[in-house]
Amino acid sequence: MSVVFILLAMRSISRTALRDIALVCVADAIVGASFGAIAVSGGFDPWVPVVMSLIVFAGGAQFAAIGILMGGGGAVAAVATGLILNARLLPFGFAVADVVGNRLPGVHLITDETVAFALKGAGPRERHDYFWTSGLALFAAWNASVVAGALAGAAIGDVGALGLDAAFPAVLVALIMPALADRGVRVPVLTGGVIALAASTVLPAGLPVLLSLLGLLARPKEA
Amino acid sequence: MDMPIAAIVALAAGTLAFRLAGPLLRGRVRLPPRLEALLSTAALVLLFALVVTSSSGGWARPAGVVVAGALALRRAPFPVIVIGAAATTALLRLIGVP
Repeated sequence: MSVVFILLAMRSISRTALRDIALVCVADAIVGASFGAIAVSGGFDPWVPVVMSLIVFAGGAQFAAIGILMGGGGAVAAVATGLILNARLLPFGFAVADVVGNRLPGVHLITDETVAFALKGAGPRERHDYFWTSGLALFAAWNASVVAGALAGAAIGDVGALGLDAAFPAVLVALIMPALADRGVRVPVLTGGVIALAASTVLPAGLPVLLSLLGLLARPKEA
Repeated sequence: MDMPIAAIVALAAGTLAFRLAGPLLRGRVRLPPRLEALLSTAALVLLFALVVTSSSGGWARPAGVVVAGALALRRAPFPVIVIGAAATTALLRLIGVP
């Protein structure tokens, strides 16, 4: 396996970093399996979550698109919401441009997790190795687990009994919690959450998430 | 359930464009720090709104997500947070909570 070869070639990765990457792979695999299972038990053909994971490779947007369609929203709303969520990949691309290269395999691996790992690296060499190791490992873990989930979902039928529908929001909570220590982030985030919750009682799926951006108006003035 | 292949490809192409822009424009364009900060806050606002809207419905799921929030606040490891949320929701459903 070429992936294993690449991992072995990266000597600058510490044991702790490898353990952290492995833990995030496990967590993402749980989420990936639930994504595949939820999509299939929601009525999609198994190829839909599998192909989507391979060519989109962005968990939040994938869940959002599938969720909107299952909630009765249209394909346009599903794509628009997914793209708005993925707009954050734009500044990420600037942040890790030095280690990614400007071609396909590298840029496709830009995700919340791989950017976070890359930024932990001390020098250019370490940043490069952190990014590529976490990127390749996560790509393999994510897509394999989605296939497994899609196959199991068709057999199980009810992922709700396992509580897997709570896994996706739980991963997002885990990812955004550290950033909420900053008041300049916390105030607009919580305001946006209230707006989205209120809007979701009257508006169709997709729109409440977009409306949450109004929470940015509540940003405290910089000191 | 209908998910046209065109929709998946559109989502993939747009996502790729976002990913490609930074590495391609690097050295030519530099985003002002304020815009960069605004973009990352906007991403967090959207992610939390997604948490809120995808958690609602019944009691078991929001309860699981609240447990995840409490665990994250106490700096629990990633897998503990995710499994804790799913286990809470599953247990509540097992005893008949919707």
